[in-house]
Amino acid sequence: MSLNLEDVARIARLARLELSAVERETTRDQLNDILGFIEQLQAVDTTGIEPMAHAVDVVQRLRPDVVTETDHRADFQAVAPETEAGLYLVPRVVE
Amino acid sequence: MSDLINSSLRDLSAALAARKLSAVELATLFLDRIEKLNPALNAFITTDRDKTLAQARAADATLKSGDGATALTGIPAAHKDIFCTRGWRTTCGSKILANFISPYDANVVEKLDGAGMVTLGKLNMDEFAMGSSNETSYFGPVKNPWDVSCVPGGSSGGSAAAISARLAPAATGTDTGGSIRQPAALCGLTGLKPTYGVVSRYGMIAFASSLDQGGPMAKSAEDCALLLNAMAGFDARDSTSLERPQEDYRRDLEKPLAGLKIGLPREFFGAGMDADVRVAVDAALAEYRKLGAVTVDVSLPNSGLSVPAYYVIAPAEASSNLSRFDGVRYGYRAPEYADLAEMYSRSRAQGFGDEVKRRILIGTYVLSHGYYDAYYLQAQKIRRLIAGDFVAAFKECDVIMGPTSPSVAFAFGAKSADPVQMYLADIYTISTNLAGLPGMSLPCGFGNNNMPVGLQIIGNWFGEAKMLNVAHRYQKATDWHTRMPGGLE
Amino acid sequence: MNWEVVIGLETHAQLQTKSKIFSGSSIAFGAAPNVQANAVDIALPGVLPVLNREAVVCAIKFGLAVGAKIAPRSIFARKNYFYPDLPKGYQISQFEIPVVSGGGLAITVGSGATATEKFVQLTRAHLEEDAGKSLHEDFHGRTGIDLNRAGTPLLEIVTEPDMRSSAEAVAYARTLHALVQWIGICDGNMQEGSFRCDANVSVRPMGQKELGTRREIKNLNSFRFMQQAIDFEVQWQINEIEEGRAIQQATVLFDPDTGETRSMRSKEDAHDYRYFPDPDLLPLEIGDDWIAEVGGGLPELPQAMQQRFAGELGLSAYDAATLTASREMAAYFEAALASAGRENAKPVANWVMGELAARLNKEGLGIVASPLSAQQLAGVVRRIADNTISNKIARDVFDALWAGEGKDADAVIEAKGWKQITDTGAIEALVDEVLAANAKSVEEYRAGKEKAFNALVGQAMKATRGKANPQQVTDLLKKKLGG
Repeated sequence: MSLNLEDVARIARLARLELSAVERETTRDQLNDILGFIEQLQAVDTTGIEPMAHAVDVVQRLRPDVVTETDHRADFQAVAPETEAGLYLVPRVVE
Repeated sequence: MSDLINSSLRDLSAALAARKLSAVELATLFLDRIEKLNPALNAFITTDRDKTLAQARAADATLKSGDGATALTGIPAAHKDIFCTRGWRTTCGSKILANFISPYDANVVEKLDGAGMVTLGKLNMDEFAMGSSNETSYFGPVKNPWDVSCVPGGSSGGSAAAISARLAPAATGTDTGGSIRQPAALCGLTGLKPTYGVVSRYGMIAFASSLDQGGPMAKSAEDCALLLNAMAGFDARDSTSLERPQEDYRRDLEKPLAGLKIGLPREFFGAGMDADVRVAVDAALAEYRKLGAVTVDVSLPNSGLSVPAYYVIAPAEASSNLSRFDGVRYGYRAPEYADLAEMYSRSRAQGFGDEVKRRILIGTYVLSHGYYDAYYLQAQKIRRLIAGDFVAAFKECDVIMGPTSPSVAFAFGAKSADPVQMYLADIYTISTNLAGLPGMSLPCGFGNNNMPVGLQIIGNWFGEAKMLNVAHRYQKATDWHTRMPGGLE
Repeated sequence: MNWEVVIGLETHAQLQTKSKIFSGSSIAFGAAPNVQANAVDIALPGVLPVLNREAVVCAIKFGLAVGAKIAPRSIFARKNYFYPDLPKGYQISQFEIPVVSGGGLAITVGSGATATEKFVQLTRAHLEEDAGKSLHEDFHGRTGIDLNRAGTPLLEIVTEPDMRSSAEAVAYARTLHALVQWIGICDGNMQEGSFRCDANVSVRPMGQKELGTRREIKNLNSFRFMQQAIDFEVQWQINEIEEGRAIQQATVLFDPDTGETRSMRSKEDAHDYRYFPDPDLLPLEIGDDWIAEVGGGLPELPQAMQQRFAGELGLSAYDAATLTASREMAAYFEAALASAGRENAKPVANWVMGELAARLNKEGLGIVASPLSAQQLAGVVRRIADNTISNKIARDVFDALWAGEGKDADAVIEAKGWKQITDTGAIEALVDEVLAANAKSVEEYRAGKEKAFNALVGQAMKATRGKANPQQVTDLLKKKLGG
C-alpha cells in the first residue's frame, strides 16, 4: 500500500494541514517510507488477541456530580487570539 | 561551589535544613550558571529570575519556620516545557504555543511546588515530545554538554543537558517511547519512567495519552527516588491515575543485591547494539554479578515489533491530541487567511514543525476509514503480545537489563533526514511504554569519543522501589554517575 | 407510484446533572458567554476528562425504562472533526460499545377510534458530550464561540428505521419526550435545546425491501417543526425521484420561515470521523448490583401505570394515557384517587382531565401549581357520590375552592348552604308551588310539548337554587303531571 499525491492531499485536508505542492511530494515519500516500515505488522498472526487500548487494566473511575469550577474566563481569554464580549471570534462559519 | 553543584539532593536538603545555605543562595547559584552556560547549550527555553527568587524566598521562610518544610523545600528544579506551569510560558517546544502563558499548573508542578521546590525555568524539548535528538524543537536544538556537536537525545533533551551541565540539580521529564531514558543515557545521568498511572498526566501536554508518563531526571537513583516520592500519587483529575497507597521509593535503596535475578533479553543483545555500548553494558553486568546478582537469559520475542507498533499507536493518538491546536482559543493563529478552513490549515501548517506534521498525517491516515483495522487495531493486538512477553519474562527474573540506546550520542543531522532511522534510536525503550512498565537509565561508562553509555533497567509493574534499589547499589559501587562533562566553563 | 416513507430518529437528550459530563463546570442554562467553560471544557493543553457518575446513572435509568440491555463494559471513543465550537477537535462519544443497546418504545399514533399502536425499536443509546454554540450575529462578519454548553452530558437515543410517517415520528418523539422527563433524566425543555431530534428520512417504492438513500434533517426542536420538516422532505424526495433525479445522502436543515429543508454547506464533505477508543478514559463498568440499585429508585413507568389504570380501575385506554402524560399529572390523579376512593376512579379521572385541566390550561398553570389540591378535588367528588351536592353545585364548590374560599368541599358547602335538599316532603311542596305558578307550561306539556317539561324542571331547580336532586325533581314532576 503506497500513498499517492491525492491520498496525501486528502489526509492533509482531514488533519487541517496546508501543504504546498512541493511539500506534498516530500511528504508522500516520507509517509511511504514510514508506512513501509510499519507494514511488517501485517505479517503477524493476531487471531484471537484482544486489542490493548490502555497500558493498565483498570476501569473508569467516576466523579461525583458536583460543580467544582468557578469562572476563569478572563484568565483563559488573556491568551486567546481574538475575543469580543466574552466570545472567541473566528471567521464566519456557514452552516 | 563545585561541591554544591555536584551535591546530592539529600546533602542539599540537609544544608538547607541546617540553614548553612539559603534557598535564595542555591537558586542564585544555578540561575547564574544558566545565564553563563545556557547560551551554548540551549537547554532552557524560559527563565525568570524574579519568579524563581520569589519562590526561593518563600522556601526560605518555610525553612525558617519549619512549618510544612519537606525534604525538597528550597531545592531548585526545572520543568520540561511540556508541563503547564501557571504564569510561565509553556511552549511544548512548538511555535504553536510559543506565546502560551499557562493559566494553570500541571499536577506534577503543583506537587513539586507544594513540596517547596523552586522552579528554575522551563526546559527545551523536541516539539510536542516527538523526537529522539532534540532537533525538532522550534527553539533550536539542545547541545550535548559532553560534546556540543552531538545531540543530547530526546525528547527530554533540555532536562538531560541541564542536569548533566549542572544547570539544575533536578528536572522533570516525560517518556512516551524513551524520552526520559534515552537522553539520560546520552547525557550521562539517571532518569526514571514510572509505571503508567503512577504520576498524574494532568497538565502534561499530551503526545500519546496511553503511553505518556512523567518522571524524574537527576544525577543519581537516590535523587530520583526522593523526587519520585513527591511526583507520584493519585490525582482525581486524571482518569488513568491509579489509586494506590503512597509509597516511599527510598525504602529499599540499601537492600543488598545478593540473589537478585537479572533477566537479559536476547533480543536486546543482538546486532543492533554498537560495540562500544556493548562493552560498557557488559562491564555493568559484571559489576552486578560482583554485587551478588545472577543473570538469566530471557526472551521478549515480539520486542522487534515494538517500534512499528509504536509508530502506529503514538501518531494515531497524537493526531487526535493535537487537534485542539487550532488557533481559536489560544496559541498561534496564521496572520492571513480567507476563511475558517484556511485559518485552521494555515495556523496548523505554520505552527507545527515537520516531524509533528508527519506524525499527525500518519496518525490521521492509520485511523481513517478503511485502514483502522489493518493498522490501529492490529498494532493494539501486537501491543498485547509485547506486554505478554514481559509477563512471561518476569516469571524468570526480578528486573530486566540491557542497553538504553543502541549507540552513544550521535552528531547533529546524522539521522534527522531519515525519520525511520531516528525512530530506531528508541528500539530498546519503546516496549516498556507499550506494556506500561517502569524503566530507568543510569550511566554505566563511556563509549566512542568518550560519550556516556546508559544501562537500562526495566522493572515489573509497580517495581519502582526495586529498580531504584538495583540502581542505587550499583551507584554505590561505581562512580559513573558522578562524572561531569569538562570544558563547559 | 405508491411510496413508502422510512424514518429513523436520533434524539439528543440533555441529562439533568449539575455538572458537565467530564468536568466540574455547571451546566445551568443562560450564563454569560464562556463563564461556565473551564480548563477542561475549553481544552487547554494538558487537561483530562473524568466521567460524571450521575450521567451514567441517567443512562442506566433510561436503559431500564426501555427494556434495553445495559452493557457491563462500554467504551468511550473520540469522534474526530474540526469545528470552532468543538474545542478538542474531537467529541467524546461512544461508538462500538454503547452503554445501552436494544429496547424500544410503545407508541400510540392518532387518537380515538383511529388510534393505532406501534412498537418502535431502539438501536442504542450512548453517552456523549455536547459541543458549544456558534453565534452568527453581528460580530463584524465573524462568528462568536460560546463554550458554556461544551461538555454538557447528552444521551443520544437512536431508533431503528421503524417509522412510516411524520405522525409516527412525532408520536415516538412525544412518547420519548414524556418518558425522559418521567424518569427524571432530562427536563425536556425544547426551546433551550435540552431535547433535540435529528430525523433520517428516505422513501422507497411500496413493497421494495432495500432502503432508499436517506437525508438527515438536523436539530428539530419542536414537534410541529418535525412534522412540517418531514412532510416537506418526503414530498421533495418523491418529486426528485419521480423527475428522474437520484437522492444524494446529505445533512439538511429545516427553515421554519419557509417550511423547507436545505443542505448544510458545512457538512458537504464526506466525513471520516476516525473513531478510536479514547485513551484518556478507561472502560466504563456497570455491575448488576449498580443496575439493581438504580432500578430500585425508578418510578413506576407510564406504560405499566396505564395498564394498571385500565385494568384495576376500569379506565379507558385514552383516559389512562392522558392521566399518565406526565409524572406530575399521574401523581395528582393517584393522590386524588387515594382520597376519593377507588370506586370513584372514573369521576376523579373526569374531573382531573376535565374541569381541572381546562382551568389550569386557561390560567397557564402546571398541575403542580394547581390552587386546588388533589385532596380538595377528591372531597368534591366524594360529595357528588354521596348525593350531598349535584354536579352543577360541584362546579361552584370547585370554583370556591379554586378561589381559596374554604379549606375543603365540606366547609364550602356548609358555609354557602349548598347542601342538596333530599327531603321528599320539602321537594314535593316546591314542585307543587312550581306547578301552580306555571299553569301555562303544565298545559303545554299536557298538550304534548316535551319542551315544556324541561322548563318546569328548570323552574323547580331554580326555586331550590340548584340544591334539589335533579333526578328526584324530575321523578316527582312526572308523577304529579302523569297523575
